[in-house]
Amino acid sequence: MAENLTFRYKISGDDFTRAGEASSNVKSKLKQMGVDNNAIRKVAIAMYEGEINMVIHANGGTITVEISSDNIHLVLADTGPGIADIEKAMREGYSTAPEEVRSLGFGAGMGLPNMKKYSDNMTIESVVGVGTTVTMDIHL
Amino acid sequence: MDKFIHSVKLDTNACNGCINCIKYCPTQAIRVRNKKAAIIPEFCVDCGRCIRYCPHHAKIPAYDSVHEMKNYKYTVALPAPSFYAQFNNLTNVDIVLNALLSLGFDDVFEVSAAAELVSELTRVYISQHSENAPFISSACPTVVRIIRVRFPTLLPRLLPIKAPVEIAAEIARDRAIKKTGLPSEDIGIFFISPCPSKVTYAKAPLGIRKSNIDKVLAMKEIYPLLLPHMTHDETHLKPLASSGRIGIGWGGSGGESAGLLTDNYLAADGIMDVLRVLNDLEDEKFHDLNFIELNACSGGCVGGTLTVENPHVAASKNKRLHRYLPVAQTHLNQYPDLESGWTEEVEYEPVFRLGKSFRESLEMMGMVEELTEQLPGLDCGSCGAPTCRALAEDIVRGEATQNDCVHILYDYINSLTGEIASLTKSLDLSEKQNNQSLKLLEEYIEKLTTELTRKDL
Repeated sequence: MAENLTFRYKISGDDFTRAGEASSNVKSKLKQMGVDNNAIRKVAIAMYEGEINMVIHANGGTITVEISSDNIHLVLADTGPGIADIEKAMREGYSTAPEEVRSLGFGAGMGLPNMKKYSDNMTIESVVGVGTTVTMDIHL
Repeated sequence: MDKFIHSVKLDTNACNGCINCIKYCPTQAIRVRNKKAAIIPEFCVDCGRCIRYCPHHAKIPAYDSVHEMKNYKYTVALPAPSFYAQFNNLTNVDIVLNALLSLGFDDVFEVSAAAELVSELTRVYISQHSENAPFISSACPTVVRIIRVRFPTLLPRLLPIKAPVEIAAEIARDRAIKKTGLPSEDIGIFFISPCPSKVTYAKAPLGIRKSNIDKVLAMKEIYPLLLPHMTHDETHLKPLASSGRIGIGWGGSGGESAGLLTDNYLAADGIMDVLRVLNDLEDEKFHDLNFIELNACSGGCVGGTLTVENPHVAASKNKRLHRYLPVAQTHLNQYPDLESGWTEEVEYEPVFRLGKSFRESLEMMGMVEELTEQLPGLDCGSCGAPTCRALAEDIVRGEATQNDCVHILYDYINSLTGEIASLTKSLDLSEKQNNQSLKLLEEYIEKLTTELTRKDL
């Protein structure tokens, strides 16, 4: 019997209009599985923010969603520019998003703070010039 | 009354088992089984899309017959705001209202008048609960039904105020009882509806225990009956109209929002756009909104499947009709005893959930994923399910088998054929062995026939 269930998504970096598709897909699957509504909401928002970040900053990446009976574990990995100052990046309102992205209503500097807010545990590993891996847990 | 009734019937003679309706259904509620389209009642939200798209007109909206009028001692007609826009060159609502009396109704009460009360109530409600905004309109029963099965976290955002038609029915019944002294059951409240979703609502309302609407008539049935009763001579008309721009404006998308006198609103229409808005709202992608107006039909109620006029033409007629009317003509202070709030909580119905428990669902989801991988991914619909994934879910739920997929079945037949070919080749051609190979061949043909009959191709 399968104890854990894993979904993998490849996030394309060149198309803004498709950002959010993966989190939306996860959301509908979690609903079908009868996951607690509040947990679904947290996963959807945290993952959506991460997905948008990948599109804006890192030219895409991969998202792995691992569901077990008491936890949802998200791994968002990219090979983008990396985050020079993680502490600064975690500050609400701090953003390095380019102007054309902000004009679309993104890049308000709430991405990482929201991911932290909506997850029960979050880690960021980042090397400038190599890439960033964010992991998040949402307990069930 | 059953929680999951709907108002779409199937004309089994007209249905030829094609895949149009299963593809258009936004909740994947239809399956073609034994060459006929069948609705899964729990999944259906009465959006009317299958009725619109069925090329064989096999999907029939359910509604009550106008002959039901005979069964009541006193009848009241409640025309929907979108009704007026069905007529050409209508300049005066009283022409329609007087024609309804001439047709045989004892009284009329405009739903657009009640809509003005709902607009007023909504303005008050939003200003008193602004910290929980945005609120979602609860006037379209399909929107309420889809939130109930798909968007549990949005349930608290539904405006807990009765729909205009319900308030109209309540006022009309009270007025009729006071006027005639008849018991309630002798009074028939007839809603003239643009859509079958209201038919379902009248029988199984959400937010209240029981509706005051007795029968729901189709605009398209009343329309031709009413035309001979309509007059060009306006001098003898009884003055009955009691709604203004706000109330009649409710007939089209954006009308309800316009009645709130706020700019911080969003109005979406058409079930696919409604779903997109609800999805985004759930992910908190909207900011600074007070109100979200959603109508399942394109263009709003003027786009309902029981209307006669083209929805775009009707939308402009609706605007033309109310342009020079007073802003509103019905006000809350005229109805001090009105009970306007919802009395029942609308609860989440997790009908799309795979298993009974999370653990079971987790396991079933794993099986769905695995099966989906094995299916061809063409979403051709030949199995009767709208997508390969939907078939995988049906299989896991025990309602279909893998060989319902024609492509899998072909592969299966192919492998059987290969098997028998190599077996017969390897056999000796002595007489005794020949008999055995014949037997094998017979067995193969039997197996094949069983599969093909079961599939009923």
